[in-house]
Amino acid sequence: MRVGMTVNGKAHEQEVEPRLLLVHYLRDVLGLTGTNIGCDTTSCGACTVLLDGVSVKSCTVLAVQADGASVTTIEGLAPGPDQLHPVQQAFREHHGLQCGYCTPGMVMAATSLLAEHPHPTEQQVREGLEGNLCRCTGYHNIVKAVLAAAGGEVPKEPVA
Amino acid sequence: MIPATFDYRRADSVADALALLHEYGDEAKLLAGGHSLLPLMKLRLATPQMLVDVGRLGQLSYVRQEGDEVAIGALTRHRDLEVSEVARHSVPVLAHVAGQVGDPQVRHRGTIGGSIAHGDPASDLPAVVLALGGTLVVDGPGGRREIPSTEFFTGFLETAVRPDEMLVEIRVASTAGGWSFQKFNRRAQDWAIVGAVAVAAADGATRVSLVHMGATPLRAAATESALAGGATPAEAAAVAAEGLEPPSDANASREYRRHLAEVLVRRALEDVSLGHG
Ligand SMILES: Cc1cc2nc3c(=O)[nH]c(=O)nc-3n(C[C@H](O)[C@H](O)[C@H](O)COP(=O)(O)OP(=O)(O)OC[C@H]3O[C@@H](n4cnc5c(N)ncnc54)[C@H](O)[C@@H]3O)c2cc1C
Ligand code: FES
Ligand code: FES
Repeated sequence: MRVGMTVNGKAHEQEVEPRLLLVHYLRDVLGLTGTNIGCDTTSCGACTVLLDGVSVKSCTVLAVQADGASVTTIEGLAPGPDQLHPVQQAFREHHGLQCGYCTPGMVMAATSLLAEHPHPTEQQVREGLEGNLCRCTGYHNIVKAVLAAAGGEVPKEPVA
Repeated sequence: MIPATFDYRRADSVADALALLHEYGDEAKLLAGGHSLLPLMKLRLATPQMLVDVGRLGQLSYVRQEGDEVAIGALTRHRDLEVSEVARHSVPVLAHVAGQVGDPQVRHRGTIGGSIAHGDPASDLPAVVLALGGTLVVDGPGGRREIPSTEFFTGFLETAVRPDEMLVEIRVASTAGGWSFQKFNRRAQDWAIVGAVAVAAADGATRVSLVHMGATPLRAAATESALAGGATPAEAAAVAAEGLEPPSDANASREYRRHLAEVLVRRALEDVSLGHG
């Protein structure tokens, strides 16, 4: 089946099998390997991308379901090649990552969260990232980074 | 994990979807948000030959006030229901629970129609529709018919929707009274190990339903009749698991689920009688 979609601002059109998952389309067909696969069971959020502006787990979306849609991956978030998106910048400044495996998904989920709640409370950030697992950071610095990206007050010692 | 091969057609209208279901019969399955069906297909626990994608039927994505009822289109995504002004105002329990399903990514994809039609006893929204005394509207070759929620869930992952029919609308009465939703789980994004919904209905009765306490989403019949007979919340909650056979699984034994049901129903009833919601 033919699918067309705009990925990171660029139009693509390909013949794909209906069973091809969006994450495999992005990684294997388009070569955009920034989007990771962690669990492959809709749990970990490592595969999170923006589909028409909102976060989705691309391991649980068929490429054909995204036909005609606009997709943003971690590669397409920054405004330019030498720049970082504010959420990326905040993750860097607040040590919001260690091994980095969860990071592309975390950043995309956080971007979607901030679009829905531009000035979130700490609790809203924690709940808004409940679909993303991180095995390294213990989440505190991720929460700090997201609050910082929102321009809010960054707690010294977040309460869990 | 990759699903087995299947053919895929996108429906442009309800009539188109019904025609495709008719044409492909038992081999076809509707695809709405895909957040129950695709995980099953990836595990190859479901292997439909034909997927009829209704996910784009925007005409079935709405939340409307119609007299003293609220009508919700089957393709309304959990997130759209969560933030709907009409739902928040007229059926706050439904908007609240839509916001507790899974995680934000799941809520951006999953639909209320998919959640109800899947008939999973562990799902939250079917229990709310039961507690609200809602009605399910299905469309099919014989036209539209309405099914009371109490007759809708017929077995584990089985409903009264026939293979050539489609759920198109969910109708619930506006509720000005108290309500409570108690969901017990161990990880933030998970399904409920047990959940309880209590709603003070307009007719003065308190309706109570349970999540994950049997083969289907169900009403806590013993609790409801105890309440009707004048029992206190504590007395009515003590019989919450009466006659129920919840599953035992890796998360909880049957006994533990029965215990949870009593505790959660008591909390829900106390919450409602304190006028919360
Ligand atoms: C990680 C994760 C966590 C989750 N957590 C929860 C939770 O906490 N609580 C909860 O309640 N749910 C939870 N869910 C399930 C989620 O709410 C699903 O979105 C929902 O159960 C199914 O809706 P869908 O639109 O995705 O349906 P689909 O997966 O597209 O379809 C499900 C089934 O219903 C049928 N169907 C769909 N639409 C119709 C229709 N209009 N008419 C007739 N048949 C139809 C399909 O053919 C299929 O058999 C979770 C899912 C995931 C992946
Ligand atoms: S890989 Fe998609 S949620 Fe884990
Ligand atoms: S930084 Fe390693 S999993 Fe999050």
